[in-house]
Amino acid sequence: MDVRSESEATPTRNSTAVERKSECELVVTRTVNAPARLVFEAWTKAELFRRWWVPKSYGLTLLSCEMDVRVGGQYRLVFPHGDSTMEFFGTYLEVTPYSRLVWTNEEGDSGETVTTVTFEENAGKTLLVLHDRYPSKEALDSGATAALPEALDQLDELLASLGSTTEAK
Amino acid sequence: MVQSCQARFDASFGALSDATRRGVLEQLGRADASITALAERFHMTLTGMKKHVGVLEQAGLVSTEKVGRVRTCKLGLRALEEEAAWIESYRRLWAARFDELDIVVEELKRKERENGRKKRK
Repeated sequence: MDVRSESEATPTRNSTAVERKSECELVVTRTVNAPARLVFEAWTKAELFRRWWVPKSYGLTLLSCEMDVRVGGQYRLVFPHGDSTMEFFGTYLEVTPYSRLVWTNEEGDSGETVTTVTFEENAGKTLLVLHDRYPSKEALDSGATAALPEALDQLDELLASLGSTTEAK
Repeated sequence: MVQSCQARFDASFGALSDATRRGVLEQLGRADASITALAERFHMTLTGMKKHVGVLEQAGLVSTEKVGRVRTCKLGLRALEEEAAWIESYRRLWAARFDELDIVVEELKRKERENGRKKRK
């Protein structure tokens, strides 16, 4: 599981910041120790994307992950949900290699959320800025459940995983 | 700890499961308001609004204070905590995602180095 090569020092984990920019906007920032080209690849190839989008520590499995990363292309993520499934889907609005991705989140019933991710490379590292614009303040506030593929009835699992951070890895 | 969190969340999400109550919280997030003003704002009877405010109050999301004949509602401490907790849970999700992303990206870097070496040979 350890993918560090012998020549590299242990990579220090970069910190993730979340800021509520306005009533309808959330911004997440994080630096990744790799060139934008590789980070972009991990965001745009389904087989790579599905490996990190659902963190192992959350105990969920992605049933399927389809991504047609081009302007107007669709994506669809399917999670198990009780006896049925839960789907997250939308359309890519902008695809600028190694620098910018914009997509819609169309699964919500209160309008589309638009996610913009920018990749800024500097000295071999990439600053990721993820910007979510919700259709309304209410949609953002109720995102407590929408942001995660858990439904309310699975919230206890989520809390259990959040409570045991020592087991998170 | 998880148990008590769960009870809290049950009460909060129960209170938040109603669009009017979410609207009331949103309104109170901007400014305190009387029950009468809220009833008018949401085109509702006084009795109906009192009920909603009661549920929010029980969940600790709203607190009320009666001054003279007017009952004023404001956001409860819990509502403010919920927002902070919400952001924190969102941040944790992203932090966990990015930690996994690091692993994927490290693997890509390694592969690229290996390919580079092969090409040079």
